[in-house]
Amino acid sequence: MRADTKSIPAFDGPMLQVAGLRKIYPTATGGFEAIRNLTFDVPAGQLACIVGPSGAGKTTLLKCIAGLLPRTEGVLELHGKDITGPPKTMAVVFQEYGRSLFPWMTVERNVELPLKAAGVPKAERRARAAEALEQVDLADAGGKYPWQLSGGMQQRVAIARAVAYRPEVLLMDEPFAAVDAQTRADLEDLVRRIWKELGITILFVTHDIDESVYLGERVIVLSAAPTVVQDDILVDLPADRDQLRTRSLPRFAELRTHVFEEIQRAKAEAKTGAIPAR
Amino acid sequence: MSAFLRNTAFLLGLPLLLVLWWWWATIDSTNFFVPTPGELVTTFVDTWFGPRFWQDVLPSIGRLAAGLALAIVLGVAFGILIGSFKRLRQLLEPLLEFIRAVPPVVLVPLLMLLIGINDLMKVVVIVSGAIWPILLNTVEGVRATDEVQRDTCATYRIRGLNRLRYLTLPAASPQILAGVRQSLSIGLILMVISEMFGSSSGLGFTIVWFQRNFAIPEMWSGILVLGLIGLGLSVIFRVVERRILRWYHGLREVQRAS
Amino acid sequence: MESAPARAVARSEPGRRSPRRPGSGLGPLLGTAGILGFLLLWELVSLAGLVDTRFLPAPHTVLVRLVEYLRDLAFWRDVADTMTAWAIGLTISVVAATVLGFAIGSSRFLEHATRSTIEFLRPIPSVALIPLAVILFGVKIQSALLLIVYASFWQVLIQVIYGTKDVDPVAEATARSYGLNRWQRVRHVVWPTALPYLMTGIRLAATVALVLAITAELIIGTPGLGKQIGLTQSTGDVVGMYALIIATGLIGVGINFLARLVERKALAWHTSIRTDLVT
Repeated sequence: MRADTKSIPAFDGPMLQVAGLRKIYPTATGGFEAIRNLTFDVPAGQLACIVGPSGAGKTTLLKCIAGLLPRTEGVLELHGKDITGPPKTMAVVFQEYGRSLFPWMTVERNVELPLKAAGVPKAERRARAAEALEQVDLADAGGKYPWQLSGGMQQRVAIARAVAYRPEVLLMDEPFAAVDAQTRADLEDLVRRIWKELGITILFVTHDIDESVYLGERVIVLSAAPTVVQDDILVDLPADRDQLRTRSLPRFAELRTHVFEEIQRAKAEAKTGAIPAR
Repeated sequence: MSAFLRNTAFLLGLPLLLVLWWWWATIDSTNFFVPTPGELVTTFVDTWFGPRFWQDVLPSIGRLAAGLALAIVLGVAFGILIGSFKRLRQLLEPLLEFIRAVPPVVLVPLLMLLIGINDLMKVVVIVSGAIWPILLNTVEGVRATDEVQRDTCATYRIRGLNRLRYLTLPAASPQILAGVRQSLSIGLILMVISEMFGSSSGLGFTIVWFQRNFAIPEMWSGILVLGLIGLGLSVIFRVVERRILRWYHGLREVQRAS
Repeated sequence: MESAPARAVARSEPGRRSPRRPGSGLGPLLGTAGILGFLLLWELVSLAGLVDTRFLPAPHTVLVRLVEYLRDLAFWRDVADTMTAWAIGLTISVVAATVLGFAIGSSRFLEHATRSTIEFLRPIPSVALIPLAVILFGVKIQSALLLIVYASFWQVLIQVIYGTKDVDPVAEATARSYGLNRWQRVRHVVWPTALPYLMTGIRLAATVALVLAITAELIIGTPGLGKQIGLTQSTGDVVGMYALIIATGLIGVGINFLARLVERKALAWHTSIRTDLVT
């Protein structure tokens, strides 16, 4: 089973290329190696999930890709171009929706802000924001302030902001870790829907194994820190997914078991020191 | 309606009681130092509703307004500058802590020496005291801007003036306004003091003049004028603050409830 | 809490938000450089004759004078006078404001009934009372105390009222359900809640009290450093004036430092040191 899940079909010119990525945080005691050696490509239009045990440096990885953190070593390329700062065609949805939306602006203005900064004319800005809010089923909430909305709704606003920005690549950093289970299922379907409608590339970081299998076309399993790619799995589930039916497919169970085992193995290796901690 | 009556009673109850008590205590007193309420009111009207209003009160308020406005503009500008650059902050922090700790009044004789006794000196005195709470609070507010909000701005390439206008300023605004609030009372104090030194007009001068001439009810009425100015400032501040920080109070309420 | 360690470290990256770590690298060095740079700039300005040295003497002469003062008993007597007024005034206002604040804060009726009066009295600038103080007490220490107490009283009162009102309803209900009586609830629920607010109030009041002590001395002429500053000014001893101004600044820094230390100590159990935002 390992062999067939590991093979990734070849794509020409990956949208995102990560090769030999290494990240060491400078600390008083010499440095903390969060990421040791990561290599993977994400082809255009793929919805890839990154999953790993706690402390696997998933957020670090995402911040490096987003151009928010400088890397220590390795290659990071978007469309073959080196990532040195936040790329223009990339948007990020953060886990902390309450802190990522600006509480001093209405929902509408939050969604419009990146467009305004990019110099999009007012009328178009309005239209794109309204359209994006409609796509996340929040057409009526535009005049409200983010803090007047529930957590799930706030995260939908953050997604609408990213959608209105029309990025080629959307990074999502455990976006649903802080919402309740029902909302979470809805938001997962929302992400699938938007991915299909817009045809963009999505890199979705999560620590939830079920979520990664349900959402992704592919699951990249990370080891514990210092992080390497533990496994890279193609999710061969039907493209039309459904919370109930998909999750009860035998193949879903197989895949989730596989990912689960990989993560357990990653944790065990970290503990026994099969991969030295430093 | 009954709620309105109750609120009115709460609003006026204690002040009325205090005035009544004052009236009763001074009803047949010959105390030189304390005028009766009636005396104070007539003196207040006679003293301040006339040429003195134009000669002393308005210029004082004008200088105060100018000083506060300058303090706010300079304090916020430098605060943002210093708060945005860690090295600059580290360079200036101890120096600013020291300058802030100097009681602003002692700068009055200094500035008199450097500038002379004129309107400019008085405005500079107000600025030199009122700027610090605003500046230091702005530095703190900018420094404490949420990391996720900054990352958000970075990923959406919101930079320069846009960043200042949509992230830095609003994020620091609760802190900035807390600083402004402290500055208002410092500014008022310095307005009075700057006029007590070798000046020949203004509220501070007039009140001291009354005291030196033992015009006690007039002196009290002057204290009342200062109180009213202070009250006016705090009311204006509150209205402005409510407007600017509506989002902040709303957010805090939600956070508190959860 | 996923990947928390990484995130925690991320903060200490240069150029990113970093909590001030004690003794970490460049900070204190730069700060010292800032002060030295300021003195150097001042020295250059007076050396280049940009400002008349009668008005802006060179810093080294001022520092020399400051050192002379530090060896002078009369200077320390002035410091003692200032600090005495400061301490007495601060104590009176803290005690009075704490008692009143608790009483007002723990009763909804009192809180409503006193609000308008407090809101009216609080903004009256304490210096408005200078003429009154002069008439009543002349240049005695009571004059300074009147100003100090009036100014610092409100700082503490407002904080304490706010603090007693801020009691967590759940904690209050828990205390009730365990049958704690009123006194015990005050002791174990209200007091710990209000303590951080009280400490903030005391810290603010300590600063204000010093300002008013110096003000009273300078303007009314009650004994202390402020009076000496006035004297140096009227006798044209500009160097002495600058030296004394620096001395008051140093006292101010000392008071700020102490007040913050006490606040931290008293709040060590508290998860977050509160800011001054809610006043």
